[in-house]
Order: sequence, then C-alpha cells, then structure tokens
Amino acid sequence: MVALLEIRNLTVSFDTSVGLFHAVEGIDLSVDAREVLAIVGESGSGKSVEMLAVMGLLPSTATVIADAMTFDGKDLLGMSRAQKRQIVGKDVAMIFQEPMASLNPCFTIGFQLEEVLRFHLGMQKAQRRERAIELLTQVGITRPAERLRSFPHQMSGGECQRVMIAIAIACNPKLLIADEPTTALDVTIQKQILDLLMALQARTGMGLIMITHNIGVVAETADRVIVQYRGHKMEESDVLTLFTAPKAAYTRALLSALPDNATGDRLPTIGDFQEAQS
Amino acid sequence: MLRFILNRLVLVIPTFIGISILSFGFIRLLPGDPVDVLSGEHTMTPERHAELLHQFGLDRPIWQQYLDYLGRALHGDLGVSLSNHHSVMEQFLQLFPATIELSVCAMIIAIVLGVVFGMLAASRRDTWVDQITMGGALVGYSMPIFWWGLLLIIVFAAGLHWFPVQGRMDLAIFFKPTTGFMLIDSLLSGQKGAFLSAVQHLVLPSIVLATIPLAVIARQTRSAMLEVLNEDYVRTARAKGLREGRVTAIHAFRNALIPIVTTIGLQVGTLLAGAVLTETIFSWPGIGKWMIEAIGHRDYTVVQGGLLMIAIMVMVVNLVVDLLYALINPRIRIQ
Amino acid sequence: MAETVSSEPPTETATPDVATSTEIAPIVSTRRFAAFREFWGYFSKNRGALIGLIVFALLVFVAIFAPFVAPHDPDDQFRDFLLVPPAWQDGGNWQFILGTDPLGRDMLSRLIFGSRFSLLIGLIVVTGALSSGVILGLVAGYFRGWVDVVIMRVMDVILAFPSLLLALVLVAILGPGLVNAMIAIAIVLQPHFARLTRASVMSEKTREYVVSARLAGAGPIRIMLMTILPNCLAPLIVQATLSFSNAILEAAALGFLGMGAQPPTPEWGTMLADARQYILRASWVVTLPGLCILITVLAINLMGDGLRDALDPKLKRS
Repeated sequence: MVALLEIRNLTVSFDTSVGLFHAVEGIDLSVDAREVLAIVGESGSGKSVEMLAVMGLLPSTATVIADAMTFDGKDLLGMSRAQKRQIVGKDVAMIFQEPMASLNPCFTIGFQLEEVLRFHLGMQKAQRRERAIELLTQVGITRPAERLRSFPHQMSGGECQRVMIAIAIACNPKLLIADEPTTALDVTIQKQILDLLMALQARTGMGLIMITHNIGVVAETADRVIVQYRGHKMEESDVLTLFTAPKAAYTRALLSALPDNATGDRLPTIGDFQEAQS
Repeated sequence: MLRFILNRLVLVIPTFIGISILSFGFIRLLPGDPVDVLSGEHTMTPERHAELLHQFGLDRPIWQQYLDYLGRALHGDLGVSLSNHHSVMEQFLQLFPATIELSVCAMIIAIVLGVVFGMLAASRRDTWVDQITMGGALVGYSMPIFWWGLLLIIVFAAGLHWFPVQGRMDLAIFFKPTTGFMLIDSLLSGQKGAFLSAVQHLVLPSIVLATIPLAVIARQTRSAMLEVLNEDYVRTARAKGLREGRVTAIHAFRNALIPIVTTIGLQVGTLLAGAVLTETIFSWPGIGKWMIEAIGHRDYTVVQGGLLMIAIMVMVVNLVVDLLYALINPRIRIQ
Repeated sequence: MAETVSSEPPTETATPDVATSTEIAPIVSTRRFAAFREFWGYFSKNRGALIGLIVFALLVFVAIFAPFVAPHDPDDQFRDFLLVPPAWQDGGNWQFILGTDPLGRDMLSRLIFGSRFSLLIGLIVVTGALSSGVILGLVAGYFRGWVDVVIMRVMDVILAFPSLLLALVLVAILGPGLVNAMIAIAIVLQPHFARLTRASVMSEKTREYVVSARLAGAGPIRIMLMTILPNCLAPLIVQATLSFSNAILEAAALGFLGMGAQPPTPEWGTMLADARQYILRASWVVTLPGLCILITVLAINLMGDGLRDALDPKLKRS
C-alpha cells in the first residue's frame, strides 16, 4: 500500500546572519492512513519544521531539499503554489500549539470556520452555516449556533483549540498534523483534547501525526514513534517497542530522565547524554 | 460599546477645561497691561483706564472672569477681532471650511497612498521597492514643509505652469459661496471651468500638506504589516490553503489596521500645524493663515479664539478616531 | 555573543573581535562594555545609520570650526555682488561658491554658520525637554494618585494643541527671538518624554528588582534615579533623536514665520523668511537653506532609526 505521506532524506536549512543552519537533516518519514505517528523530541529537534515544510508554511529564508516528498501519491516538491493550495487545508491540515493566538482576533469563529468551507468546498452561505454548526458540535462546543458569532478572545484556550480542530477537519482531510496541540492547555483540558483527536481519528480513518515533547502523550496516542534530536532521527519503532526495548542511546536517556523512571537520588539529564556521546 | 463612548466623552471634559484655561490665560500671560492689549490704546488717563478695566471685566476676581469667558465661549461668543472689530466666531466659521477642505483632501491622499505604499513595502520586504518607498518616506518627514511648498512653487510657477500657486479659485471666476467648500460650490454654481479651477488650486497645497502624514502612515503601515504577518493567525490562514492575496488583504490587514488608525489619529495634530505653514505659502484663505496674521498684527482676541477652536477641533477628531478604533478592534468593542 | 569575564592578560597581538576580546579594562564594568559592543554591532550593520552618523559628525565639525571653514563672514555685505548666482551658473563667481543673498552676503558662509544654530537649537531643546519631561514622568509614574492625574492632564492639554501653533502662541507671549523659540519648542516637545517615562516607570515599578530595592530601604529618589531610570533609557534615547530633528524643523518653521531667530541671524529657517519674493529671480536663495535643513534632519532620522533597531533588534521597524 502506498503510504499517505512519504518523506525521504529531507533537509531543511535556514539562511541566518551567522550562516546556514540545518534545522532538519536527512529525515525519512512515512505515515499511512488510519495510523497515528508521534514525533517526539526536545525543542530544537526540528520536529515542527519538517511538518511546516510539508505544509509549505516555512518562510522564504528556508530551503527544503528531499529525495522525495509525496502526499497521496502527488509530489509535493514539484507542485506549483496553486496546486499546493488545493491540498493544504483540505486533504492535509495542521493545528498549532497556541490556539488563542492561532485564531484571528478580528473575525468571528464562524467566519474563520466557514472560510475553508467556502474556498475548498464551494459551499453556499446556508449550507456553510449548517455544516459549521455540525462541526462545532462534533468537536464538543456547546451552543454552537450562538458561538459562531463569538470572537476568539471570548473563548477559553480549550475551546479555541476545539475550534482549530473543527477548522482542520472541516473538509475531511486524509491527514491531520497536530503540532503540540495540548502543550499550552490545562492538564484536564489536555486529556479532553487528546481524546477528541483520537476519537476523530478513529471515526474518520485519517492519518494523524502528533508532534510532542511529552512522552505521556506518546504513550496514550501513538501507533508508531519517531525520536528526533537536533534535526536527526534517532530512532523509529512502534510504541510498545520504544518503551520496552529502546535501541538508541538517546531514547534510553530520554526515558530514564522521566521522573517516573527514577531509580537513584539523581535524575539523569540530557546533559549526561551529551557527555556520554562525546 | 456605549459605555466605551460615554467613558471617552467623560475623559474629554478635563482636557477641554484645561484647553479653555490655557486660552483664557493667554491674554493675561502677555507682557504688558491687558487693558492696553485689548483696547489698543496705549496712553490713557487713569479714568479711561478704570473705565476700560470695568468694560472688559478685568476688575472682577480671576475665577469669575474665567467663568464669564467660559460661559461666553460655550455660547459661541469669542469676542471681537482687535483689528477689524468683526466677531471672532464669525470669522472663524467663514474661514474654517477652506482649511477643512484642504485638510480633508490632504488626509485622503496621505491615507490612501500611505497605506498602499506601506503594504507594498511590507509585501516586498528588503527588495528595492521596499528601500525606495521607505527611503522616500524618510525624506518626506525630514523635509521642512514650507520649503517643500516653495520648491513646488518654483517648479510650477517658474517652469511647468500646470497648477496655480495661490488662492482657491481663478480670480476671473466669481460666484457666491454656499457651503464654503470650493469643490462643492463650484459644481453648484454651474459656471464653466469653475470646478476644474477649484481642483487645480487644491493640488499643490494638498500634496504639500499630505507629505508628512503620508510618510508617517507609510512607515507605520509597513511595520504594522510586518509584525502582523509574523503572527500565528496568519500562519493558520495560510495553513487553510487560502490565497496569499486574501491572507494579506483580509487576515493580516484587518489586524494591522488597528495601529494604523491610531497613527492616522495622531497625524491630525500634525496636519493642522502643517496647515498653518501651507496656507501661508499658498495664500490659502484658511484658519492657519488667519492665525499667523493675527499673531503678527497682535490681534490677540483672534489668537485666543482661534487657539480654542483649533484645539476643540483636534479633540473632536481624536474622539472620532478613538471610536473608530473601538469599532475595528473587537477586543474593545465587546467586553 | 557569549561574553565571559576573562582573567587572562590582554595579548598585544590579539585583534579586537567581539566574540573573543580580552581587552576589557578592569575599570569599566564588563557587562556595560559588552552591551555597548553588541549595540555597535547592530548599529554599524545599518548602512543608513552609518551614513547618518558620518553626515552628522561632519555637520558638528563644520559647526564647531565654522569661522575657519567659512570663506567669508556671514554678516559681511558685498554691495557690488547682490544676488549673485552659484558659481556654476551664468553670472556666477567663484568667490561666492553658492551665490549671494539679496543683501550681498555669501550664501555658503551663512549656511555654514547656520549649522551652529540648528545643532545648538536641537541640543538645548532636547536637553530641556528631556530633563523636565523625565522628571515629571518619574514623579507621576512613581507616586501615582492625584500628582499623576494633575501632571498627565497638563501634558494632555499641551498635546491637545498642534505643536507649531502652541509654539507660536508661546512665542507671541514671550516675544519673538531664538531663545524664546527654544523655550516654546521645549515646552511643546516635553510631554512626549513625560508620557514615555511614566509608562516605563509604571511597568518597571512592580518588577522584583524594584521591590527588593524598596525592601532594602532605598528611598524613592534613589529608586527612581538609580534603579528604574537606567532601564527606561532605550525608548528615551530613540525619542530624543526624534525630538532633536523635530526641534530643528520647528525652529526653522518659527524662523520662517518671523517668530524665531531674527534677521540678520543666519538660521536656516529665518533665511527662508523673505525668500518668497526671490523664488523666480534667485531660486538658490530658497533652495539652499531648505536643503541644509533636509540633510541635517535626514541624517538625524537615519541615526535615530539605526539606534532604535540596534537598541532592540526584536522591534526591527526600519
């Protein structure tokens, strides 16, 4: 079966005032439909950057080079901007870390939700409103008809993230990329949002890429896991193997740094790992 | 929203009182005897002095004089001009449309061109388009505008003869003004060439007056757009697969509008200050020129009255801008 | 740019390099020197700012050494050489490179001496506006209450009037002249500093370092001047450059309107006061003084932009 998203040897470099910086180097990655892939790593590991590259959301200072980058059989690298816009937001969608900042403060959430329906699906006004209410209900927003007229600052962080998810799934995407979707939220809300994402994924059968630095989230959601460090892939395995028999030294260091896994008096840090490497 | 409006109106009151105190105090701050100043008579007998003192109400306690002044001002009585003995308020109302017409034209030019250039520069950041527009803006607000006006006069009076360099209307054309706005009146008069003449006379003064606000608005638009284009919600808009044009013009611009409107509001004061100079250079019969001449002729009642009215005008415009700001910023509008 | 306090002795052959410099004199605090070097790093990358700095330095030089640089005395009237055009035009004369004015005075010399006035005006006005504005802002922001309300209302009233108009009225009260013009402009520009300082003070006042200073027993004046003020410097410096150029423009405008420096003072604005009648006959009398004002203000604004970008690169606005 052809993978939904296939990336081979991806390198993303940024033009900075101190020279070329490689945020991601030589990454291979693939996701199938119905699969949940977790990409885990510290800040600076490049996990967000590679997904932004797929979506075409990187600034002009970035250079994306890969042997292959295909989605649903189509070559993402060779595509024109116009062709890419047909796919982005429709067949592949992304949600981000700060839900309140990710919604436009000047427009109602109804406006922002109906936009994708209008431009990707060509729906008419009445249809759009109906579908918008439907979507809001799906993501667990109460009194959806009323909420259509609300502005983002009138909603809580959790509600904003639900709206973001609604926007993302509006056109029934084949792949949803979630970039640290719960990091900025309360712990109790975190669980609700994760449950929502998993439920949606199970129901629609879409592929889900979960980017996180939280091992707990990985354990709860992922089928397969990729561990990254400083732009390189350290390990890739299914979730069970990762926890029971990690192969890479970095993964072992990561797991041993978890408070739950503490054995002695002192919690090992990544610094210890770096020292062990050199 | 209503509460916001009322709040703003309430805040205006102490400022208005302050302005009225300043303009009231103006004549009394002048060197010399206020009686001399107000009457124009410099040598007088003590009896005449006492008579005038009483006539001007200067023998009353100062707070009572202030209240009288305030009371009269609120009724529209700003006294009479010391040079021609006409009512100050009447003169103001006569000359005020000329300044408004010029200022509005200048502001329209400044806003439209300023925003367009600013957005252009932001979308083509660090290219030559950006450098040139922002370089031009920098020169624009570094120029003394009275010199810029003179320069344009040199070009158009000595050289090109495309535009006239003084007044509001061709001297050969005459009609009775109705609204005081030459653009409207010339159309209403139905006279041949009147409207064209009105437009021609407006061109150079408007350009000169518009220059500084245009430059400032262009710079502010660019920086506001650049800031907004980095925001998360713009990334979301792009992630939705929307066209870049829509992302910029609707998602980004709407948010950039907030600081831009603030800037526009701040430029109104600059505009009126600039009007003083522009009207002087182009012999434009407005309030600015009136004030300058009054200061030169020591016509202090005119200066006092004009000062008060101009400050009130600025206050009113600031209020309108604040309301506009509340309208476009949902966070303030909906509490 | 990692800065480490180095205890190695400075090496003679070491070339000064931001990242590895060891030439830090023990007297100067390491931190402040490092901060300045970082600032200079950003500032010097901005070509416009450097050009502005060079032009400004040139102007200062010309102003200081005016008597030596100018070919003639600015007040000398050469009766046989009235309204001589610049040397490269017909009828020009290399004795008067930029021509002469209606009274036969050498334009170049007058312009050179005029630089003294403009720079001096800028300096004095900014110093006055800054000191009084900062003091008022500190007091208002630190003590709050009715002191704050009164001070800020007065500032609002001043800001309610268009600046040139208010300056004109003040000059009308005080009498025309350069000194009075400077006082008037300083009063008009001061609210910007007061507001800025007050805003900074209010936001810094609740920070931990201020609270700990108070707990340590520091009195209000010490806190205001030693603790809070140094942290508000960046926006104040930027505002100061803006006010410097504004002061020059306003003073020139007042001079043009006959209310500032009085003739025969060779202030650039004053030189333009009677220039209107010579627009067609002798355009150089009109163009040259204004050009000088433009160049000076442009240089200062370029520096101001560079300062703003360098002092807080995150706020890159240029």
